Amino acid sequence: MTAEIGLAALWLAAALAVLQMVSGAFALKAAPGEVNALAMHARPAAVVQAFLAVLAFAMLLYAFATTDLSLKLVASNSHSMKPLIYKLTGTWGNHEGSMLLWVGVLALSGGLLAGFEKRLPERTMGATLAVQGFVALGFYAFLLLASNPFERLPVPAPEGSGLNPLLQDIGLAIHPPTLYAGYVGLSVAFSLAMGALLTREVNPAFARVLRPWVLGAWVLLTLGITAGSYWAYYELGWGGWWFWDPVENASLMPWLAATALMHSVSVLAARDALRTWTIMLGVLAFSMSMLGTFLVRSGVLTSVHAFAVDPERGAFILGLLGLYIGGAFTIFALRAGAVAEGKRFAAVSREGALVFNNVMLSAILAIVLLGTLYPLLTEAFDVRVSVGPPYFNPASAIFAIPMLLVMAVGPLLRWRSDKPARLQFELALIAALVIGVIALVSFFGQFPLLPLLGLGLAAALAVAALLPLRGRSLKRVPVATWGMVIAHFGIAVALFGMACEGAFSKERLAAVVPGGTEQIGDFAVTLEGVTPVAGPNWTAIEARLAVRQNGGAPVILTPQARNFWSPPQSTSESALLTKWNGQLYAVIGQQAEDGRWQIRVWWKPFVTFIWYGGILVALGGLLSIAGRVSVDVRRRKATAQGDQRRADLDALGAAAPVPAE
Amino acid sequence: MGKRLWLWAPLALFAFFAGLAGYMLTQDKDEFVESEMIGQPLPDFALPAAFDGLPGASKADFAGSPKLLNIWASWCLPCIAEAPQLEALKAQGVEIIGIAIRDRPADVANFLGRYGNPYSRIGSDRISEVQLAIGSSGVPETFVIDAKGVIRYQHIGDIRESDVPKLLAELEKAQ
Repeated sequence: MTAEIGLAALWLAAALAVLQMVSGAFALKAAPGEVNALAMHARPAAVVQAFLAVLAFAMLLYAFATTDLSLKLVASNSHSMKPLIYKLTGTWGNHEGSMLLWVGVLALSGGLLAGFEKRLPERTMGATLAVQGFVALGFYAFLLLASNPFERLPVPAPEGSGLNPLLQDIGLAIHPPTLYAGYVGLSVAFSLAMGALLTREVNPAFARVLRPWVLGAWVLLTLGITAGSYWAYYELGWGGWWFWDPVENASLMPWLAATALMHSVSVLAARDALRTWTIMLGVLAFSMSMLGTFLVRSGVLTSVHAFAVDPERGAFILGLLGLYIGGAFTIFALRAGAVAEGKRFAAVSREGALVFNNVMLSAILAIVLLGTLYPLLTEAFDVRVSVGPPYFNPASAIFAIPMLLVMAVGPLLRWRSDKPARLQFELALIAALVIGVIALVSFFGQFPLLPLLGLGLAAALAVAALLPLRGRSLKRVPVATWGMVIAHFGIAVALFGMACEGAFSKERLAAVVPGGTEQIGDFAVTLEGVTPVAGPNWTAIEARLAVRQNGGAPVILTPQARNFWSPPQSTSESALLTKWNGQLYAVIGQQAEDGRWQIRVWWKPFVTFIWYGGILVALGGLLSIAGRVSVDVRRRKATAQGDQRRADLDALGAAAPVPAE
Repeated sequence: MGKRLWLWAPLALFAFFAGLAGYMLTQDKDEFVESEMIGQPLPDFALPAAFDGLPGASKADFAGSPKLLNIWASWCLPCIAEAPQLEALKAQGVEIIGIAIRDRPADVANFLGRYGNPYSRIGSDRISEVQLAIGSSGVPETFVIDAKGVIRYQHIGDIRESDVPKLLAELEKAQ
């Protein structure tokens, strides 16, 4: 019964999306300043739709929690013996469930926008909701026509057939929903951008409405990518933290576009410049989210992340992509010329630095996009290629290095126009740090070029990120500025981690007899024994490694090689020893004929800083949202109080005082 | 005018991508990464018997005529599904040498008792050592090995009824 309620809720939500789209479109027919009577249904339609879509998702969650094996989706993706937490995460660990999650979050954010956003002109709001309804409708159609999550089996299955064991992990509980919420936040940004483009109301007020959505999406994407990177690091057992895999790139590309968009929106809000560019990035960011979904779900590219793929569904998503993105770019081409040009600024200015870095971010985005799609292009000519780090690392570094330098200087520049001479001290400090650190590190040994540059840039950026606070009373620095400082500092921290991992990692692959010891860096690793162990739905061989740092007390690490049944698959569970200055990473491999075991151990100095940095960046984004929202709320309250006082004075018959700005 | 043209650039790029992706979607996707081992000789191996009823398997056993090498396990469900197809191949006069992965003698005997025994020999690969050496990553997988011990064809996953003619043809080609 619950499944039928979920399905009915989805159909109703789809019908409301049609209402929202049509009613919202009528707002465009209103004369400026007036409200079309037919446009009043768009907001309630969006709000009720949000409730219905969330209800549908809750029903599916319930079916997974109770392992309702009469549902095809549950039978093919779950198992009654799975721990409850993985039953729940299994809800979105499959195609249909994840699309329902996507639609649920989409409807929820549409509802929030319709329910709470009152600052935009009604025409722009109507157009925005119409676009949002149009986008939602496509995904409802996709769910209901091509991937119904509530399909019943004619005969209930006796037992479910499991879940990809690689994905049976707490990381899965957080990672995809976070990314999805980020993608969907970008869909709101897309709708707002299209709404503003249709009514040509691209101005600072619009940017202030757009900003929290972009920031929120960006924070979620940052967290999602950070979590995904850590997940791949410990779960795949290959020792790396980023593989330039198509699925990883699919999450990186929207983040790059969103980062550019976020900065562009700030310029639009503060200075009324970069109007067309902001709209363009708004469309681009959502395009990248949809492109990511398409690449992951259609299976046109091969990836280490094993998703069930289906070319027909791929065709459906491609159709939606063509409709929305093709349509958006067409409207952009026709309309953007008519958007009045924003304010101008000098090349050396805060805006100039932001534009430069936006171009750099877009260039990196183009590099990643090209590298990700290149195998698709060559496969059309029957050539199978794999594009990896030898392309991505140097190609993106070409643009990342100047970007990081400008990023160090940019926040110190004044708006509109500035002179480099004013910043002599800061510029000299940044240059000295870059050169000094590189020289110092080179003195101690031969290291690859990119990690070396990364170390120099990380040091300079870490100091430069704090410079905007210099000479200011820390209590009076706005929260949003703290957000920027912390986010930029977080980039430096992450960069430091990446560079250290690249430059100073030690690796040891050895065949060890039980009782034997291997030395790596300061650590002596002793294989104490190998035993079989069993979990709820897997068996494994587990190595017991005693790790002694400089002859100290041993710490026991237990890497496993697991074998899952239902479906049968083997995975490698790495064991990590985390120190403040790095991680020891151990994996157990095969047993050789003579009874020795392959043990692979890495010492990765400061590798954890990559993810600490990511968390700092996200924290900076959160502070920025908090700062902006609190300013908005205070402003609204002040306006309301002023109105109240004026009304009171009017009632008393006294002359209203002129409000002080 | 120059500015106007620039505004169309994103659409043009997108159209190119959509066309390419659309074309690729219609192409038959080669779902499996072929083993690098195709065309290579079998690695040297000698596995002990998987249970008391049949001898173990080694590279030397493939000499003489083309044979099938079937990688399976008693704990693998698709292997049950493919058992009738292996029987059919055996009935056509094909010799099938099995390698049981991470298995126990009692389970192997039990499996063969229930689902039939199409094998002439079964080696026991307790740690997937031979399996990995010949470029197989899962069970079941089936290889066509010619009389010189060279791997000629790899079938990943269970053998369906529709796959039997293809395997027979590959065996014929390997003569």
